[in-house]
Amino acid sequence: MNFWQFLQQNWPELLTLIRQHIVLVLASIAIAVVIGVPTGIALTRYASLRSPILGLANIMQTIPSLALFGFLIPIPFIGGIGARTALVALVLYSLLPIIRNTVTGVLAVDPNVREAAIAMGMRDGQVLRQVELPLAMGVIVTGIRVATVIAVGVTTIAAAVGAGGLGVYIFRGLRQYDNNLLLAGALAAALLALVADFLLGLLEQKLSVDGKTQKLSMVQKLLLGIIAITIALGAVASLKNRTSQSGASGERRIVIASKDFTESIILAEIAAQLLEARGVSVERQFELGGNLPHEALLSGKADLYPEYTGTCYAAILHHQPVSDPRRVYDQVKQEYAINFNLDISQPLGFENTFAILVRGEDARRLKLKTISEAAPQTPKWRAGLGQDFMSRPDGFPGFSKTYGLKFSEVREMDLSLTYIALSSKQVDLIAGNSTEGRIAKLDLVQLEDDRHYFPPYEAVYVVRKNAISPDLNEVLSKLVNAISTEQMRELNYDVDGNKRDVKEVVREWITKNGK
Amino acid sequence: MATPVDNLLVEFRNVSYSVPANSNPIISNLNLTVHEGETLVLLGESGCGKTTTLKLVNKLYLPTAGDVLVKNKPTTEWDSIALRRSIGYVIQEGGLFPHFTIARNVGLVPSLFKWDEQRIRSRVSELLTMVGLEPSRFAERYPRELSGGQRQRIGVARALAADPALLLLDEPFGALDPLTRLSLQKEFAQLTKKLGKTVILVTHDVREALLLGDRIALMHAGEIVVLETPQGFVSSQNEKVKAYMDTLEVAGSRDRENQPTLDREEETI
Repeated sequence: MNFWQFLQQNWPELLTLIRQHIVLVLASIAIAVVIGVPTGIALTRYASLRSPILGLANIMQTIPSLALFGFLIPIPFIGGIGARTALVALVLYSLLPIIRNTVTGVLAVDPNVREAAIAMGMRDGQVLRQVELPLAMGVIVTGIRVATVIAVGVTTIAAAVGAGGLGVYIFRGLRQYDNNLLLAGALAAALLALVADFLLGLLEQKLSVDGKTQKLSMVQKLLLGIIAITIALGAVASLKNRTSQSGASGERRIVIASKDFTESIILAEIAAQLLEARGVSVERQFELGGNLPHEALLSGKADLYPEYTGTCYAAILHHQPVSDPRRVYDQVKQEYAINFNLDISQPLGFENTFAILVRGEDARRLKLKTISEAAPQTPKWRAGLGQDFMSRPDGFPGFSKTYGLKFSEVREMDLSLTYIALSSKQVDLIAGNSTEGRIAKLDLVQLEDDRHYFPPYEAVYVVRKNAISPDLNEVLSKLVNAISTEQMRELNYDVDGNKRDVKEVVREWITKNGK
Repeated sequence: MATPVDNLLVEFRNVSYSVPANSNPIISNLNLTVHEGETLVLLGESGCGKTTTLKLVNKLYLPTAGDVLVKNKPTTEWDSIALRRSIGYVIQEGGLFPHFTIARNVGLVPSLFKWDEQRIRSRVSELLTMVGLEPSRFAERYPRELSGGQRQRIGVARALAADPALLLLDEPFGALDPLTRLSLQKEFAQLTKKLGKTVILVTHDVREALLLGDRIALMHAGEIVVLETPQGFVSSQNEKVKAYMDTLEVAGSRDRENQPTLDREEETI
C-alpha cells in the first residue's frame, strides 16, 4: 500500500488525530499564556524572584516528557490518564519560553520611554498596560511562538498517556514498522508546527512596533488563505466524522487499557468487543507507555488491561525470577489481591516470553538449537535489545551471566525495530517476543532457553475488583485457555505484517472461534 | 494667551542625593530657588548631577537629605502621580511612545486626567498648531515617520498638553542638527515666554544656556559653582565659566560680534 492509498483509507482517523493534537496544543498554550505572562510581569517587578522562578521553569523543561507523565499519573485532580495529564505536562513545558520572553520583552523597553511614561504621571498599571506590554508584545509573541512549536512536538508523546494526537500514528508506526503510519504522523506534526510558526510569525510581525504600517505580502496572503481553507475543510470533515462515531452509551461503563504494543492492544480489543456484545459501554484507553496501565488501574482511571504473569512478578512485585508457572501465577494473584485490590484472570492460554532469535541461515549453518550452543559465537556477534530488556530484573544482566555471553557490541533500540535489524544483518541476535508474528515471515529461529532462565509470561487480564460484574466474569471465563501461541502469532501478524485494522482482525477471530 | 497667576516655584534646601553603590554623593548640599515665570538653565558636563537635580523636582528621585519644595510643599509630601501630572517633562527625542500616534502622544496627560475625547482632540489640534505642525497632516502619524525636529516639537506639545505651570527639559535639543536646533530654540523661548511658563532646562551646551536662560546655574561634581544671569555669566571670572566661554570662541570665532546673547535680545518680545 503506498502512502497515497494509505491516506485515502485512513484520512478520517488522521483528521481526528490532527484535531486532538491541535486542541491539546491550543489548550495548553492558552493556559500557559494565562499563567506565564502574569508571572513574567511579576518577575519584572520583583527582581529577586527572577532567577529562582526562571530556574524552576528551566528545570521543568529538562524533565523527560515520559518521566513527567509517570510522575503525574498518580496525582489526583491533575493526573490520571488522558488529555488532562497531557495538558498539565504540556503547560509545564510551555511556561519557560513564555515567562522568559515576557521578562525580556518588558525589560527591553527603551528606558527613556518608560521614564517618560512615569514622568507624565502614569500609574504603574498604566505604564504596564499602555506602554510596556504593547512594546514588549512582539517579543512575548515570539516566546509563545517558540512554546507552540515545542508543544506541537511534545504533544506527539502525549499518545503514551492515552491523550490521542498524532503520536498515536507515530508510536503505532514504530511498533508495526509501518512507514505509512510514521510518515502520516510525523508529516502532519511537522506541518502543524510549520503552520503554527507561520501564523504566529505573522502575529508577531503585526504586533511588533515596527510592523505597524507593514502590509502582508502577496505570498503571506496566499499562504494564509490556503491555511484558512485547509483548517475549515479539516474541521468540517473531522466534526462530521466525530458525530458519526459517537454511538450508544450505556449506563454501565468499563475503561479498558492496553500497553503500547500490538499484542496488548489485540487482547484489550478482544475483551472490549466481547463486553460490547453484551451491551456494556466500553471506553478504550489503549497504547499507554511503560507501566502506565498498572498505574491507571491503581488510581481507578481504568478497570482492566492485558498483562503477563512474569511481568507482574518481576517488574511490579520485584521478585527474583523463578521458572515455575504455577507458583508465579498463584503468588501474583495473591499479592495483587492484598497489595493492590486487583484480580488476575485465569490464563488466556499462551505465553509471551522473551524469544532469543537469530537468523535462520546462521542457525542452520552453525547448527544452533539452544542458547548454550550459541554462546561461543557471541564474541563475534552484535546484539540488538529493547530498552525494556536492558533494564528489567529478568533481562539482559542476568541473562548474559547465566549463559556466559559476551557480545562484541550491544545496541539498545526500540523492540519493534530489532526484528528488521536482525533480518537486515545490522545485528546478529535479538531478544524478541515469542508471539511476534514476523518470526516465521523473516525466517528467524528461536533458540531454546535450555537453562530455563526466563520466567513464565502467561497472558492474563488484570482487573480492578470494584469493576467486576457478571458480564465481565462471563467474558473472562470464555477467554480461559482460549488463545494458543500460534493463534496469537497469527493475530499479531495480521495487524503488524498484513497491516490490517485491529478491530477487524479481532472481530474475525471472535466470529471464527464462536466467542 | 493669559496664564493663571501661580505661586509655583521650586526650592532646593540643603539637598543631597546619593546612591548606596557610590560613596561620592551625586548631589551635595544644593540650594537653589526657581522663580515663577523664569527659565533656569542647569549647565554642566556629563555626570555633574544636572539631570539628577531635574529628576528630584518631579519625584523620579527623592533627596537623601534636605528638601525639594514644589509650591512650598516638599516632594516627599506630594502624591507622586498628582505632582508629575502637574509638571511638563521633555527629554531628548521627546521620549515619545513609538506605538502611539502623534495625537495619542500629545493627548496623553489629558487622557490621564480623563478629559472627554472631544476636548482632548481640540486640545491636540491647538497644541500641534502652536508648535507649528499641521494637525491634519501629523495627528495620525507615528513618531518614527517624523524628523528629529518634528519629534522634538511633539515632545514639547505633549509636555504642554495639560497646561502645567512648570516645564522640565533634559537636553531637549541635543540630538538635532545645528540649524534645526537654533530655530527650535528660538521658537521655544518665544512660546514659553508667551505662555508665562516656569522652565528648568538641562544642557551641556553653553550657547543654548546663554540663548534660553534667564539665569544659568553652572554645576560641577554635584554642586552649583556659579549662578548668574547670562550677562553676569559672560563676564564671570570663574575658571570653569572661562573654560566654557573658550569653547565658544573656538567654535564661533567667526561670528564673535554676533553673540548668542544678542540673538536672544532680538527674539524676546
